[in-house]
Amino acid sequence: MTTQLTINGDTHDVDLPEDVPLLWVLRDQLNMTGTKFGCGVAACGACTVHIDGEAVRSCQVALGDVWGDVTTVEGLGTPENLHRLQAAWIEHQVAQCGYCQSGQIMQAAALLAENPNPTDDDIDQAMAGNLCRCGTYPRIRAAIKSAVQGA
Amino acid sequence: MASIGKIARRTFLFGAVAVAGGAAFGAWYVAKPAPNPLDPADGSLNPFVVINGDGIALIAPRAEMGQGTHTTWAALLAEELDVTLDQVSVIHGPPAQAYFNSAMMSEALPIKGYDASSFQHSLGQMLGQLGKVFNMQVTGGSTAMKDGFERMRVAGAGAREMLKQAAADRLGVSIADLKTEAGQVIAPDGTALDYADLAAEAAQLDAPKVSLRPRSEWTLLGTTLPRVDIPGKSTGTAEFGIDVRLPGMKFAAVRMAPTRAGMKSFDGFEASRMAGVEKVIDLGDGVAVIASNTWLAQQAVDSIPIEWEPAAYPADTDGMFAALEAGFDLDPDSTMRDDGEAASLPVEGAITAEYRVPFLAHATMEPMNATAWFDGGKLRLWCGNQGPTFLRTACADAAGIAEEDVDVTVTMMGGGFGRRGEFDYAVLATRVAKQMPGTPVQVTWSREEDMRHDFYRPAAMARMRAALTDGKPSHLDAQISAPSISAQALERWMGFAPSGPDRSIVDAAFNQPYGIPNYRVRGHRAEVNPPMGFWRSVGASFNGFFHECFMDEIAHAAGVDPMQMRLDLTRDEWLPAFLCLEAVRDMSGWTGSTPDGVGRGLAMVYSFGTPTAMVVEVKDEDGLIRITNAWIAADPGIALDPGNVEAQLTGGMVYGLSAAIGEQITFADGMVEQGNFPDYEPLRMPQMPQVAVQILENQEHLQGIGEPGTPPAAPALANAIFDLTGQRIREMPLNQHVDFYI
Repeated sequence: MTTQLTINGDTHDVDLPEDVPLLWVLRDQLNMTGTKFGCGVAACGACTVHIDGEAVRSCQVALGDVWGDVTTVEGLGTPENLHRLQAAWIEHQVAQCGYCQSGQIMQAAALLAENPNPTDDDIDQAMAGNLCRCGTYPRIRAAIKSAVQGA
Repeated sequence: MASIGKIARRTFLFGAVAVAGGAAFGAWYVAKPAPNPLDPADGSLNPFVVINGDGIALIAPRAEMGQGTHTTWAALLAEELDVTLDQVSVIHGPPAQAYFNSAMMSEALPIKGYDASSFQHSLGQMLGQLGKVFNMQVTGGSTAMKDGFERMRVAGAGAREMLKQAAADRLGVSIADLKTEAGQVIAPDGTALDYADLAAEAAQLDAPKVSLRPRSEWTLLGTTLPRVDIPGKSTGTAEFGIDVRLPGMKFAAVRMAPTRAGMKSFDGFEASRMAGVEKVIDLGDGVAVIASNTWLAQQAVDSIPIEWEPAAYPADTDGMFAALEAGFDLDPDSTMRDDGEAASLPVEGAITAEYRVPFLAHATMEPMNATAWFDGGKLRLWCGNQGPTFLRTACADAAGIAEEDVDVTVTMMGGGFGRRGEFDYAVLATRVAKQMPGTPVQVTWSREEDMRHDFYRPAAMARMRAALTDGKPSHLDAQISAPSISAQALERWMGFAPSGPDRSIVDAAFNQPYGIPNYRVRGHRAEVNPPMGFWRSVGASFNGFFHECFMDEIAHAAGVDPMQMRLDLTRDEWLPAFLCLEAVRDMSGWTGSTPDGVGRGLAMVYSFGTPTAMVVEVKDEDGLIRITNAWIAADPGIALDPGNVEAQLTGGMVYGLSAAIGEQITFADGMVEQGNFPDYEPLRMPQMPQVAVQILENQEHLQGIGEPGTPPAAPALANAIFDLTGQRIREMPLNQHVDFYI
């Protein structure tokens, strides 16, 4: 059966079983590979996207349960038209391997939308679900803070 | 290459320096230039510089796994070529002998390193040429910059001089009157010719002899440059192996024996009828499911009832440690340090301790995956990899075709840490693709499959003894028991494991720059062989913990400040280590005492040529231990990109702290018990301390930076916990004994 999704403002008709997680709809059906697979059990945050502005782990949201408009890292900003967090990520040279950074940026974007002036502790708690094996945490903190100040 | 392999087998003793044999065939083989894998007709001036109508491409044939190697290798080329980084594209290039790692083998010398004379340094460089003989295109061992430092600048300068010669010929002026700047050759009258315009003529010329610019003239090197891969990684547009998408591509999931053995039986009938499933493949030692979607393939493969053959290694963790304990009773595999009369260490009043560390997984954020497309005669592969020449050979074997018919595209890597120096995932993708001729197949491992099919950092044990004379450390006798990672990994890489002692069992124990007069380090090769591999900093990852925790125990037994004791022991032995200690003392405001509720620990480890001193501070927060601060001082000799060096030291420390706090791989019934991050929990942002890094440059030669941040992290933390609580923890992970803030 066909399910209709709105992703980054575009409408897509998806012909997949309804229990397929949104992550795998994005990656394998729609070739939107910016959203990453890390664990499949909501333990790493690499697959974070927004549904109606809320940060969710797309590996845990079944296609049939998607309740609103989806935004992925590709929709947040583009290389030509960066979101302020993406610009901050580049300015602070955050990424090492970079695999977790789509999820980190989407999580940070949801944080700033909800809390435009987060404390250090707010940042740490909001980002606790996003793993980074390269240890870029200090630069992630710095990039979020500079995006706050630049806003 | 077969004949080289034979000669090498006879003459090259790993770690035992059969230099006579090595040098003999070095003379005729090593001096011969490796063929340029790129076509001069496409504007390739040498294996590293391609200039044509499409622009300037610099080949950085080292794997980019986040360590910034593409950017710094490009900067080495650009520094001499006179181009800016925004004028060039940086690509990985194909697997080729020309891209061998000249620094890797030189690390195999059984010398301490910090006391290397210039003769030994050039000996190391000569031995490094063996990397070419073995076709060793490897990113690992913190060698990329050591390896590229001269070669890339020579490649850039050579290309520049060829472009100038082409311009001189065309304009009829002397080459001495020409300048180069930002991708142009400029004549005395101001005529400026673009490199792209000159490349076809330049490619016809022979490479000239060049001299390199002194450091005082560098404009790019020594500065922090924006990394070329970061914009893509900040916008979701960087392509990792898992992101490869090809027309008509299918998605596959696999289940291989968790016992790392064979498969007795399976029943794929129900799985073959599940949604989206196209095919269930019997791999003999596992199964694969091909589907229209990775998740559907994973659901199907996980539902298949399978009976596995039992493991060939001990069934449980206790059995592994029993083998490590038995290792101490075997004759030493090596005695790489034996200064003075360590055997005379008095039994009465000796300071003794036994330490142990567990197996560890790499747990890269991007699970293992590869995409393969086999049409019956040719094989094309896409994946991140740290050793593409070995990978190509193994996949050619699996496909039953010649190496020349295998095309490997090395993508960005979502973490390597040594795991992607293996090529098992690419061989597996090849085997699956062989069953789907003409169809590209992407094989992605679940996180569980990734964690249960790793090549683990082995468990290891140490028995340490020391004695004081007049209150000073006079004797240190260390025994380390660990299985040989090198023997197993080199067997996989090259088809044979050179004989001789395994340096990695004792690395960062035998070669520490402390002036202790009676100092012996023996390595014991434990006879236990579960799958093991290179894990960031390899042997130094456990020996740093053993040696530096024990140094702390010695200091406390002597009643002296651990910082002062190390300063005293390094000052006359090796100044760069002393200066790192002094730097970290001053940065942290080390006084030797801490207020109630605060603990500080110090460690200094010399690894991969770089001394790294670290102070970690912990606080008691309602009975939980929270890491609040860390200070790092390291000396890599030359910091080619200080911002990147800082990132590597910080990241290396996080990798070490993660393992120290809570990571361990255990076995039961021959299978790894951990499967996903909830069972194998790395450090998260709320646990991340504030970090300050200072880079020193007191060494003459450029040294490694990707790994040296890891070894001091665990001992500095354990020593800080001792300072806070008085509890001496001699095994990892530490959360078996204390509770951490999360």
